[in-house]
Amino acid sequence: MTVTPGWYMALAAVLFVIGASGILLRRNALVMFMSVELMLNAVNLTFVAAGRELNVIDGQISVLFVMVVAAAEVVVGLAIIVAVFRRRKTASVDELAGLRG
Amino acid sequence: MVELVLFVVFAAAALFGAVTMVWARNPVYSAMGLMLSMFSVAVFYVSNGAHFIAAVQVIIYAGAVMTLFLFVIMLIGVDKAETRTENLPLQRPAALGLIALFGAGVVVAGRSAWVTGRTVSPGSPIDGSIEEVGGELFNNWLLPFEITALLLIIAAAGAIALAFFRDDEEGDA
Repeated sequence: MTVTPGWYMALAAVLFVIGASGILLRRNALVMFMSVELMLNAVNLTFVAAGRELNVIDGQISVLFVMVVAAAEVVVGLAIIVAVFRRRKTASVDELAGLRG
Repeated sequence: MVELVLFVVFAAAALFGAVTMVWARNPVYSAMGLMLSMFSVAVFYVSNGAHFIAAVQVIIYAGAVMTLFLFVIMLIGVDKAETRTENLPLQRPAALGLIALFGAGVVVAGRSAWVTGRTVSPGSPIDGSIEEVGGELFNNWLLPFEITALLLIIAAAGAIALAFFRDDEEGDA
């Protein structure tokens, strides 16, 4: 039994769904942020598996760019979380209702 | 055969790490679960021939990004474990329903045949070495690569600007 790229894509889909469930179920902003990272990783795995299936290297180039954007996103996002925590003393998104009107 | 064993072992590790990340109440455990998932994905990169990407994954994600996450977790405190009580009564069942719907949609989309117009390229299988990735990156993707430099500078400047905010400016909380 050989492992085809479809197996990796199926696993990536499951990882993506778990990440999406983390976004929906958790209220800690840090854990929600980690869930975003998990979803990005799942998509990266899909890119690599598709690139192997089609025998092109473009998938790996895409993964490289996704990693750069994710790194920039982590820097800014964590800075925002720290700034909010310094102001509100909480990292729970349920208590950030300042825009509720 | 080796790839099958690697896939089974590290798929289990990746799923365990991901579920741990979502389920753990302590954010440190969540970070550890995510790190396990990221290492497993790096193993999958290797078995798919993306050796350079696997190295970058371990260095940047499992190294730098997770260290940053752990720093922030330590900074804002790990002693306050999140309670599982939900203020909105319908939120959690609705979320689980949406997750199930999304998973079913992924399964349906994955089982149907998609025609993207892209055919399998001839030639020897790609090996994802630094030479191959770098050659493609600097020949065909040079402008996007330069733009990422701009993006990283903007992100660094934005993080520094956010760090300069002080509570005593307006202080509504």
